[in-house]
Amino acid sequence: MHLAAPETVQGGLISKISDTRAETVFEDFKPPYSDGQAFIEANRCLFCVDAPCIEVCPTSIDIPQFIRKIATGNVRGSARTILSSNILGRACARVCPVEVLCVGDCVLNEAGIPPIQIGKLQRYATDMALKADWRFFEAGDDTGKSVGLVGGGPASIAAAHELRRQGHACTIYEKRDVLGGLNTWGVAPYKLTADASVEEIDHVLAIGGVDVRYGVDVGVGTSWDDLLARHDALFIGFGLGEDRHLGVPGEDLKGVYGAVENIELLKLRPLEISDAKKVAIVGGGNTAIDCVREALVFGGEEVTMIYRRDEAAMSGYTHEWNAAKMLGAQAQWRALPIAYEGGEQVEQVRCVRLDEDRKPIEGSEFVVPAEIVLVAVGQGKLGDLVAPLGITTEWGRIVVDDEGATSRAGVWAGGDCVNGGKEVVNAVADGKVAAQAIDRYLQGGSNG
Amino acid sequence: MADLSTNFAGIRSPNPFWLASAPPTNSGEQIMRAFDAGWGGAVWKTLGQPIQNVSSRFGGLHYQGTRAIGFNNIELITDRPLDVNFREIEEVKKRYPNHAVIVSLMVETYDEWKDIVRRSIDAGADGLELNFGCPHGMCERGMGSAVGQEPKVNERITSWVADMSTVPLIIKLTPNVSDILPHGLAAQRGGSDAVSLINTIKSIIGVDIDTFVPHPVVGNKSTNGGYCGPAVKPIAMHMVASLARDAEFNLPISGIGGISNWRDAVEFMLLGAGSVQVCTEVMLRGYRVVEDMIEGLDNYMDSHGFQTLDQMVGKAIPAYSEWGNLDLNFETVARIDSDTCIGCYDCVAACQDGAHQCIFPADNGARVPKVDEDECVGCNLCQIVCPVPGCISMEEVDNGFAPATWNEHLTSGAQLRPKKGVH
Repeated sequence: MHLAAPETVQGGLISKISDTRAETVFEDFKPPYSDGQAFIEANRCLFCVDAPCIEVCPTSIDIPQFIRKIATGNVRGSARTILSSNILGRACARVCPVEVLCVGDCVLNEAGIPPIQIGKLQRYATDMALKADWRFFEAGDDTGKSVGLVGGGPASIAAAHELRRQGHACTIYEKRDVLGGLNTWGVAPYKLTADASVEEIDHVLAIGGVDVRYGVDVGVGTSWDDLLARHDALFIGFGLGEDRHLGVPGEDLKGVYGAVENIELLKLRPLEISDAKKVAIVGGGNTAIDCVREALVFGGEEVTMIYRRDEAAMSGYTHEWNAAKMLGAQAQWRALPIAYEGGEQVEQVRCVRLDEDRKPIEGSEFVVPAEIVLVAVGQGKLGDLVAPLGITTEWGRIVVDDEGATSRAGVWAGGDCVNGGKEVVNAVADGKVAAQAIDRYLQGGSNG
Repeated sequence: MADLSTNFAGIRSPNPFWLASAPPTNSGEQIMRAFDAGWGGAVWKTLGQPIQNVSSRFGGLHYQGTRAIGFNNIELITDRPLDVNFREIEEVKKRYPNHAVIVSLMVETYDEWKDIVRRSIDAGADGLELNFGCPHGMCERGMGSAVGQEPKVNERITSWVADMSTVPLIIKLTPNVSDILPHGLAAQRGGSDAVSLINTIKSIIGVDIDTFVPHPVVGNKSTNGGYCGPAVKPIAMHMVASLARDAEFNLPISGIGGISNWRDAVEFMLLGAGSVQVCTEVMLRGYRVVEDMIEGLDNYMDSHGFQTLDQMVGKAIPAYSEWGNLDLNFETVARIDSDTCIGCYDCVAACQDGAHQCIFPADNGARVPKVDEDECVGCNLCQIVCPVPGCISMEEVDNGFAPATWNEHLTSGAQLRPKKGVH
């Protein structure tokens, strides 16, 4: 097996992020709080007992306590409370769908009073922690044990941090040349920019003792056996695969992109979408909505979502879609692309209308003009990659117990490769829980 | 990490945060949960001859949407049998040997004091706090503030218990007096090891304007209660500081009165409190508020280079002086930051109607008020009313005059700057 030497990045990961990225044109959808705004908002919190906002948070952050600490001026303590439960609390503050999690469950909603803006308060405290370089965690005494983490996204980062606190050596194997997974190259830039993602990871990895090997595609060019031999336990957090496509004619035309592929270009490269005014987005999930909003910010004038169901049934969050509509998004509901048409460059999407059983309605064909088509109908599952390990998968997802243990002793997994694609906060929770189980295993307990 | 461990008049606790004698310290079960939450000590709810309480006991003062900035109660001392209380004290001390359990006491006769002091110490009390402060109900029976308001009685009972007790003795003082000093000194003469203050302030919290009965309503009547909560903090701090800066008074002070967060605690400590006691905030929010208190104090001490509490206790006392010692030539004026001003003009109203008529509406339509610095007396009112933190700053002006106090002016003719705002 050939492995690249562990890499130490001069100046941290942030030096890997170019400042000519296309995403830099985006402004924060939810701008940060000033001190005065944070103080007023924090003082509105009721400090509930057994608070519903904690209950609904996958990482169980003690939200009332961190908000109270902002109100008393103990912002350092506030950040400690957040990061003790969620080491990527700064990214989650920006990207969590708080409207359907903590903020959605704030008891003030019951009174018809605007709920506490928990995400913005969390951002306030965690931004300050980063700026002031507050360090709350130290690596544990060296246990002599070593854990390999496959994939460098939020699940692995969270797991590695927790494992380092317990004193286990960690090596992250990352296919790309940058850490952070979707946080760095897949989240809509008006929520989290690539530089904000890697700044946070630099801060997290300052705990020390996490080796990172870039350009390693485990399961493709590197064997699992070597990793098993090298480490006392493995954590798999390699997320999802390439964008899926519908398999319709014209997918090879210029201007037809997978959604995630396109977001990555946008976030890490000086991409020029420049003069495209007509953009079609295929799909009705949150990635599709992100693409719609991005296209509108980039100057799209006719940006149309093409979705096979109706508006009420879309899988994307209502609050996200409402935000897109505010920007001028259009939609074709119950519509299915049957071909991307044009010369060399795509010019239009030919669609057919679907009936209530999602069957094409005869004679219902119509076209949506599009110089760019972004296909957001999901990403491939990578379950096949773990076949050599003999661990159980289901529909391409790795099957784990509630502590992240796979069917194979010594191997844990978490994040999108397990749940099929949920939120960053779910990946962080998975990584943390699995790391705690791995620690017990390495200290002499059993694998689940 | 600063060292928060506390040795208050010989009573040791892991931190200076104690629960005051009140409903949150009514039972062993509560106090053990409080210790688990992080409280360093607890002053047991006052023991004496168990009483009968009324239904409807508390009232809140709500102001502009904020609940209970002030709080009042007409609850009395313990209503639980003494042997139950003592059994629980013993149990708590057995399970939490490093936390401070101070037992608050209130009885009448010498023999009663002798009995209850012995039983408290036998149960394992780390200290005793004599309740000379309760301003409602018990004082009608000749106890509580009825004792605390009479220095001679205070001194006599203090001396009884000082002779009886083998553990440190704290006298809890009432604020329902015109000057706290004689009462602190009486406790000191009586042989107390420390004082705690303030107990609650005699109060009527409100009136039902439809039924014409004051709050809290008990049937068709009410009575005056004891006032506490954030609203009383300035009164309490003044009394703590009055004792702390007095040359004759030299006992440790446990500060009480409206402490709701770490910042309040720091203020009390800087004014001379060696430990702090909290009640109202816990009654309203629960024991869990102590987490922020401990952490906030720790961060504060680290950021100011204090390793131990002793280094900060009383740190603000040298700067607490008489009016006659203030520098009359020190001059500040208000400056309004036009970038952050939101144009509410609350400062205009305050200055025009409540101060010295030197802030005016803008004349250019920008809605950033103008300050006439030649007329501004530097009173702070505009800054106090401004809703935007940091928008109005009071900035020192160099007027060329050497510092001069009123006392220096009287004794040596020091030159004072011309008066401002006299028009």
